[in-house]
Amino acid sequence: MVSDLGTAEELAQDALVAALEQWPISGVPQKPGAWLMGTAKHRAIDLIRRRQTLERKYEEIGRDIEWAREGIDPDTTIDDDVVGDDLLGLIFMACHPVLARDARVALTLRVLGGLTTEEIARGFLVPVSTIAQRIVRAKRTLTEAHVRFEVPSGPERVERLASVLEVIYLIFNEGYSATAGENWVRPALCEDALRLGRILAELAPTEPEVHGLVALMEIQASRLRARVGPSGEPVLLLDQDRARWDPLLIRRGLAALERAGRLAGAMGLYALQAAIAACHARATTPAATDWPRIVALYDAVAQLAPSPVVELNRAVAVGMAFGPAAGLDLVDTLVAEPSLKAYHLLPAVRGDLLRKLSRSEEARAEFERAASLTENVVERKLLQRRAAECRAQEMSG
Amino acid sequence: MRVLVLAKEDHQSEAAKPPTPEIMAEFQKFNEELVKAGVVLGDGRLYPSSQAKRLRFDGKKRTVIDGPFAETKELVAGYWLWQVRSIDEALEWLKRAPFDAGTYEIRQVFEFEGI
Repeated sequence: MVSDLGTAEELAQDALVAALEQWPISGVPQKPGAWLMGTAKHRAIDLIRRRQTLERKYEEIGRDIEWAREGIDPDTTIDDDVVGDDLLGLIFMACHPVLARDARVALTLRVLGGLTTEEIARGFLVPVSTIAQRIVRAKRTLTEAHVRFEVPSGPERVERLASVLEVIYLIFNEGYSATAGENWVRPALCEDALRLGRILAELAPTEPEVHGLVALMEIQASRLRARVGPSGEPVLLLDQDRARWDPLLIRRGLAALERAGRLAGAMGLYALQAAIAACHARATTPAATDWPRIVALYDAVAQLAPSPVVELNRAVAVGMAFGPAAGLDLVDTLVAEPSLKAYHLLPAVRGDLLRKLSRSEEARAEFERAASLTENVVERKLLQRRAAECRAQEMSG
Repeated sequence: MRVLVLAKEDHQSEAAKPPTPEIMAEFQKFNEELVKAGVVLGDGRLYPSSQAKRLRFDGKKRTVIDGPFAETKELVAGYWLWQVRSIDEALEWLKRAPFDAGTYEIRQVFEFEGI
């Protein structure tokens, strides 16, 4: 017998996690759209119990609340929408802010992405035991914190949704530009994140930022093939062979961006970033890029979420739109920024602008500094190559 | 991974008349489930081969062959482009399709060479 609220929720939550963990083992369940049915029933029964408990408590304090009017019948509530809500609730739970970021990522990939612990470990280049522990600890934390299994509403929904989007984008980014290891990109992680995003877009179709994130990921993923050179080296955006961009993903990305735009409200951070990515996707040649629009979009990003990294990106766009000197002026204001001290892209960008201004010697020093700051092997090689190019230019100049 | 699902529907491939509303509704329901699961990237149905052309290459020579084509069992009537984690996942989904005839072929799309 379930006697208190917390216990009921723990039961529902454990049942769901258990049910979902069976998924990757037994394949996609027999009845699509109803694979959570058993656990949804559990949840409905728990809801009733909870309501009865509440009713009793209200009776005790003498308040007259008409709970009975909206009583639940467990069999009628279990339809596709409820299953969708359960799935959504589970996404919100796995991405709960009470969990550390890496725990959210691991739990989301395990429970929602259907990845095995081994696959997650391989994806993030950490030992299997680390991921296993992370997941066990995450579940314990959820239980101990009495995290409620629900789809949050109101202001809480905004905050919780932000965490869900962050987790999905973290997974995507780890695949898109690996922070460590031998490979510059790991497409499988990008695919997992994209798929989670697409599922979320169907579960929460009225959330503009969900479509914004999907648009951003689709457009960025469209460049995956072009981002890696023949020997695994990174190829930067403006040097990429645009014929290798995936038109299907670009089309999907632009459609998702439109979907975000059709919903009410100002553009959010993901939609803005997707709009920037779309400027590149629409340009058939680097010269055709609408840089002034990109600068304007970065202005909007900087308003919503001011940060030195955004300023750095904005400086790059300014350099393209209004000349390297204008870009360098902005970058120079960021050099003293403490949070960018170890950020390899600051010297990399500065080096690039200096080189365009034919200040090869300074440019070389910046590329060398950038190379010493990155932990990604292939990226370091690229930066070292750029430094060498500057040296060659110095000699000939 | 991406897979291309080729519908070789046999008798249906060459039928000029569209399927019944009931069959369409069932199919759409299935397709919707696939979309909700983030599986479908794209799809399309093809006209009968009576409207098709083939071009055969033999050295410098090009020969145009007009439809309809005889080997109906091998004719593709439609396709899906799916995003799945494995061929097995694609098979699991396909097994649940509301079809009662025809052969459906799952082929992995070659991507990310050199990554």
